[in-house]
Amino acid sequence: MSALIDYTLHLADNTLILGQRNAAWCGHGPVLEQDIAITNISLDLLGQARLFYQYAAHLMDNTDEDKLAYLRTEREYKNLLLAEQPKGDWAQTILRQYLFSQFQQILYQQLQNHPDAQLAAIATKSLKETNYHVRWSSEWVIRLGDGTEESRNRMMTAMDELWRYTGEFFIAAPYEIELGIDLATLKTVWDNKVKAVMEEATLPVPEKTFMHTGGKTGTHTEHLGYILADLQYMQRAYPGCEW
Amino acid sequence: MNFIRKFYYGDIPEEKGGAKTESKTSGHDWPLWEVFIRSKQGLDHKHVGSLHAADAQMAIENARDVYTRRMEGVSIWVVESKYITASNPEEAAELYDPAADKIYRHPTFYQLPDEVNHM
Repeated sequence: MSALIDYTLHLADNTLILGQRNAAWCGHGPVLEQDIAITNISLDLLGQARLFYQYAAHLMDNTDEDKLAYLRTEREYKNLLLAEQPKGDWAQTILRQYLFSQFQQILYQQLQNHPDAQLAAIATKSLKETNYHVRWSSEWVIRLGDGTEESRNRMMTAMDELWRYTGEFFIAAPYEIELGIDLATLKTVWDNKVKAVMEEATLPVPEKTFMHTGGKTGTHTEHLGYILADLQYMQRAYPGCEW
Repeated sequence: MNFIRKFYYGDIPEEKGGAKTESKTSGHDWPLWEVFIRSKQGLDHKHVGSLHAADAQMAIENARDVYTRRMEGVSIWVVESKYITASNPEEAAELYDPAADKIYRHPTFYQLPDEVNHM
């Protein structure tokens, strides 16, 4: 049971933290239409986070979705390191979204058949949103990678910055092993899909690089603490406050 | 001489209360597109507004994000605004006024015999 709780929290934290990151674009997008697009994605992710937190709270005692989101420390958060990285410029936001959504898409496809009915149901519901995120972000990756010299350079910088956090997707945490999440199969699929998009975007995929890990088990980069400070300040300063 | 400065989204600098943008020129040279949405109930696509996009594919996606967030539509058309030819408002008199006194063009002008039901 505790593996299922941990895994559900891992999925919830991924979506909450990336949703929070993307929300920072609200009112600051490069053009109005893309401002709305990225914040739509942010809301989709927040919606998914709520479903996972509600399910995790249901499996636990004396807690609810708000307590799980607002009252856990960074060592208790299990999100992927990629999700917590700064939003950077538009290229970095786009590339992170694509790398993440592409993983989320194939993961949700697999989770649709998971023996746990609730996880399977949330995956099925969320997959439609994720399909759109993949479509939107991959088209932007291609547009920017195969665009101007400026956009291409920014994409290359983003790739240097972010690629090192993708290895973590496929390194199983103890709770993933216990639940039998098949990350090896996902890696093959993800590699092929990402390769195809990067080829079209004329962006080189980095060869062997050092891959950072730890997010899944609560060892985070320095960025997560700042996100949580923003996110949790109100609940910690005024416990139980509502508006 | 350009006396009227037209402001686009993101033009007004952040310190004067506008939105911050990553690049000053981005988006402004994208063409304008008109968006038509067909709602679940409707049979026809209705004009809902316009937006900027680099190409048709992006225009469809932008329209999806900007105009169908509240379940307004099941189908989207976009057309670049420059391809729409509009009638000139100054010619309204000659275009539309002649129709005003042709009441016999409306079916209600004609007296129907009582025997004709359900018209």
